[in-house]
Formats: sequence, structure tokens, C-alpha cells
Amino acid sequence: MEKATKDHAALAEAFNRDEEHVNWHDGALWWIRQKRDIAAKNIPEWEQLRETASRIKSNVLANLHDYLLEFEANLTKNGVTVHWAADAEEHNRIVYSILKAKEITQMIKSKSMLTEECHLNEYLIERGIDVINSDLGEYIQQLDNEPPSHIVLPCIHKRKEEIGEIFHEHLGTEKGVSDPTTLTRFARWHLRDAFISRRAALTGVNFAVAETGEYVVCTNEGNADMGAHLSDIQIASMGIEKIIPKKEHLGVFLRLLARSATGQPITIYSSHFKKPRPGQEMHLVLVDLGRSRQLGRPDFRDSLKCIKCGACMNTCPVYRKSGGLSYHNTISGPIGAILAPNLDMKRHADLPFASTLCGSCSNVCPVKINIHDQLYQWRQVIVQEGYAANTKVLGMKAMAWTLSSPGSYSTIGRAGRWVLNNIPFAVNNKFNPWYKQREMPDGPKESFGEWYAKNQGDNGSEKV
Amino acid sequence: MTVGLFIPCYVNQFYPQAAIATLQLLQKLGVEVVYPPRQTCCGQPMANSGFEHLTQDCNRLFLENFSDFDYIVAPSASCVLHVKQHLHAPTNPALAERTRSRVYELVEFLTDVLKVENLAARFPHKVGIHQSCHGLRGLYLAQMSELNASPFSKPVQLLNMVDGLELVDLDRPDECCGFGGTFCVAEEAVSVKMGKDRVTDHMKNGAEYITSVDLSCLMHLEGILHRNKSAVKAVHIAEILNATV
Repeated sequence: MEKATKDHAALAEAFNRDEEHVNWHDGALWWIRQKRDIAAKNIPEWEQLRETASRIKSNVLANLHDYLLEFEANLTKNGVTVHWAADAEEHNRIVYSILKAKEITQMIKSKSMLTEECHLNEYLIERGIDVINSDLGEYIQQLDNEPPSHIVLPCIHKRKEEIGEIFHEHLGTEKGVSDPTTLTRFARWHLRDAFISRRAALTGVNFAVAETGEYVVCTNEGNADMGAHLSDIQIASMGIEKIIPKKEHLGVFLRLLARSATGQPITIYSSHFKKPRPGQEMHLVLVDLGRSRQLGRPDFRDSLKCIKCGACMNTCPVYRKSGGLSYHNTISGPIGAILAPNLDMKRHADLPFASTLCGSCSNVCPVKINIHDQLYQWRQVIVQEGYAANTKVLGMKAMAWTLSSPGSYSTIGRAGRWVLNNIPFAVNNKFNPWYKQREMPDGPKESFGEWYAKNQGDNGSEKV
Repeated sequence: MTVGLFIPCYVNQFYPQAAIATLQLLQKLGVEVVYPPRQTCCGQPMANSGFEHLTQDCNRLFLENFSDFDYIVAPSASCVLHVKQHLHAPTNPALAERTRSRVYELVEFLTDVLKVENLAARFPHKVGIHQSCHGLRGLYLAQMSELNASPFSKPVQLLNMVDGLELVDLDRPDECCGFGGTFCVAEEAVSVKMGKDRVTDHMKNGAEYITSVDLSCLMHLEGILHRNKSAVKAVHIAEILNATV
């Protein structure tokens, strides 16, 4: 992704210029939130499941080193080649070298937010390797040369008519065709050819089971399976936080994942990959990419529990009304806003402020990440590290001074109310962002403090 | 029992009628109420902007004003939550802890401490409740729609005691209004859109009044209602519970 030149507020402002589109986007995601509620409320032990999942992940994070080594040993025993990558560059180099060794120039890739974070496609394409995304949403985003706007629903910000246009431009469908079934059939036909012809397939990983060395990939389209089963070289990329200790823990996580993500009881495909079939090579790349740094931040460690269900995005009113691309980061929404500052605090200094701290995200999170508390905490860190604008620092210091001295506070309060009453144009102008679409409160003649002093004594007894 | 009346800074300056209603309501219920005149702000505007380190003087002032009371009551869930979570005193942590535990939002004070069962209030109007996020998800004044848990609502419990009042059901019962402190100006476009959508929900479902335990939400929603010349009014819950007309 190119460097963001605008912050979340500016990108969100642009997104809001088409209010009808915002209403549609908001409604589409709210509908998914409602489906999630129905699914969650159909399971009496839902809250217990969330608690259990959260605790399993606490155990994982506390023992990550040991689980990773156990997983690596079991993968190796199963005949899978294990690679370790500290960062995006190393990850991309590993994938490229695997392909290059086999003189492969074409690869098919199912959904993987990690490889989006690593910008793998760009890296490989620059080196002459053709990559095609096989998840339909990601395929559409790739055709349109745009990053995903949502981790589960990559092109949720696009309406079917826009997708019809993209297909017309890139795939030659008839102009004006926007029927989802017709478009899907067309994409399927295109992708089928890629599935059959590509010798290498890369998938993401939803859950990596330490005790068996297998990993589980969840999709609704079966595209990960199709790619993997038809490939000579199967590669999986995963962040090191995706480990779960035991296979039996899948009974907790698989029940939570799809219900939280889309309100389905389970993903259509929950595929276990363990051993290469005869003649096939399997590689797995374990990627750090800032995870171990985040693990070392006690206030933010729990963000690594994330199972990438996207429920926090669907419930977040700011996300629904600003669109995923406004977050200018691969992982958008509330979870993105607590993960991104760890990767580049300066670049993502705006994201923890793109929230009202309403807390709905933490309530839908299937692994009970305290997302809104972490947003608050990141704000403190970002200011302490010096990434707040100077004007804001001065403003806050002035505010703190005023509010901590009762004398200056009541003087300024009186002056403020006087201004509202007598020269409203001083505040009711276009330089006041409040006033752009909202009236200022009426300035009452006296404050409560003034009224109280006149009408009631110090002991609460009435004077008048 | 003596209650220290904590009137947040912007309520004091812009919404004295809500503060007066709070005071009168508590007095009607037989509570001795004292308003310490030297109070200002809980420090939340700075803290939520990432400047919690600048709130020490606000904390010190809050303790000076309120640490001697049996209870501290405020008509603002957001400020109460801030105090409950962030009031610290480096030299006297026990005092800060004790004070934090004595701070109540008005509604929870009425339902949980005074255990009010009757109110001599009348408000013959259709009312929509705007759930303040800090009241809902911070202070648990009502059950949160995201959870698979038994429903309850302290504001509804009280509003049901008001003669003539009819509550309206909303399409989205506890979605944020978009005020969010400095968010309301820093993210003006999204903030206003969120507020407009909340207002629309109330209007669509026939509310004549929008009420809340937080005036910050109401200030934002009222600004939108006034701009659009709407007949719907925003009113703090204390004013309804204290209404006799």
C-alpha cells in the first residue's frame, strides 16, 4: 500500500460525501452484526465460550515460545518444511525462493491478511511472478488494484454495480451486468482455469495446532482447498500468534469464529492440512512482523488473541460510517487501530483516535480483547512518544490549567456563555467544526454554580 | 447520609436546568445534598485525548472537593466512569480508592442506593432512551445488546415510574451517538453522521423527547436537532424524573 497522505478523519470525510452510499455500507454491516447477535444468542453458553477462548489464548501468549517449538517439531515430523521470518521482507524472500527453486512463475493465493500486511503480491509481481487471489472478494480488490477494506469481507464497500463495472473493464463481461450470481459464475470460470494451471498455492492459517502440527484454514468458498489440493507446492503463511495448544481447542474456536464473523454456525470449509501428499511439497512460514514486540507491551499484548473474525468492524459505528479504507492499514477497524501503532506509531498515530470509545467492539470480540481500553491506552502512549500535534499539546495544557483552577474556570465559563449569547458569530462560523452541521448549545444566563450560590446555602438548605 | 453533588463542567455552564433538576430530585427524596462550589472538571477531556498525565491537578481538586462525602452523585455517566476508572492520588492511593468507590451516576444512585420504588413525576410524552455508551458499557446501567445475558435497564426501571410517559422502541437500542469527546470535532464528518442516524431512529419511532443519562450525548444530538429545526427535544433524565407538569 502506498504511504497514506491523509489521516482517518480526512479519508472518512471524503467517504461521507456520498451519504446514500454511507447509509448502504452502514446497513450492510449492521445486518451482519444482527446475524451475529442471533447466532450468539442461539448458544446458551456463548459467554462461557468467549471466556474459554480468551483464556486459551492467554495461555498461548504466555507460553508462545514453547508452543512454537512444539508446532515446528510436529510439522517437521509430518514432512512439512518450516521457515521462520522476522519481518515482511524476510517472509516475501522465503516465498519467492521456494517458487524460484522450482521455476514457478504463477501462484494462486487464498485469503491471507498476513500476506496483505507483507505486500507479498507486489513483491512477487515485481520479480516476474504472477499471483492471483482466489477469494472472490480479494479477487475483486485485486482487479481494482485496491487493498481489502475488511478482513472478512474485502470488498464490502463496493456495491454490485461497481463490481459489474470492474468485471466489464477487466474480464470483459457485458456492460451493465451486476447480477451477483452471473458475476460470480464468471469469476469462477476465470478462477477455475487458474486453479488447474497453477503449480503453487499459498493459503493463510486460521488455527495452528501445536500438539499435532496441523493447521486449519477456514473459508466459505473452498478456494483454499481447491488451490492447495491441485498444487505441487503448497505454502502456508501464518503469524506466530495463530497457535492453539490442542486439537480439542478447535471445538471452542470454530464455534466462535463464523458466528462472530457472519452469523453462520461454522464456515462452509474448515480444512485441516497436515502432511504433503506423495509428490507434493508443503512449506509453512512462521512470521513475527511485530508480534513479539506487541507481546512485550503488557497493555497491548492481548490484541494478539485476535482470530480475525471482523466482528469489531461490523459493530463499530465509526467503521460502518467511515469505511475500512479510511484506516489506511491492512487491518482496519477497532482491532486494526490497536495493532497498527505497534507496527509504525507515527504513521498510525491517528487510528486510536478514530473511535468514540463506545466499547461495543470489546463486547462482540469472541476472545474478549479489551479493544476500547487499548484504544484509550494507545492514545496515552502516542502522546507520550511525541506524536500528537503541537497545537493539540498546547490546547490540552491550557485546558488542564483552566479546569484545575476554579477561579479561572468560572471566569472563562462566564465569558464563554456571554460570547454564545452576545456574539454567536464568534463561535458559529465555518472555522468551528462543531458548528458546521450542529447548533451550539444555548448560553444560559447563569451557570448552576451561580444559581446555587444565589438560591441555596452551603448546607443544601433553600434560601428562597 | 450526605451527598456531594458533582456537576460536570459543561453541565454547569450549559445545562444548569439539568443540574437543578438533579439537586431538587435528590432533595425531594430526602437526601441532604451539598454542592462544593470550587469544583470544575473530572479531567476526562484531557485523558481521552491521550493527556491523562495532565489530569493530576483535576484529580487533586476533585479529592479536595469530594473525598469527605458519603456519596458523590453526578448527572453524567461519562464523567462518573472517568472518575471511577482514573481518579488517582500518588501520595494517598487509599483516599483515591475510597473516593472512586463512592462515586455514582444519578440513575444508579436512585436504583441501587436509595432503592427508589415510587416517583411523584409526570411527563406525558413519548420518550426514546439514548443509551450513553459510558453509562451502558462502562457503568452497566442496562444490559448490552452484544451480550447473551438477561435484560435489565435501570433508566427504564425509573422511567416506568413516571406518570404518562410512553417509552418508544428503537431499531438500534444502544448504538453510539458519535459525540466521543474531542472526536466530535476531530472526526466531525463521522461524528455528525452517527448523530444524525441516532436522531433519525428516534424520530422514525415516534419519540417526542430523547433522553439520556449523559448530557454530552444530548448536547451533540440537540445540536443536530436544532440545526434541522426538528420538533424533537433532548432532555436529561433528571429533568423527566423531576417533572411534575
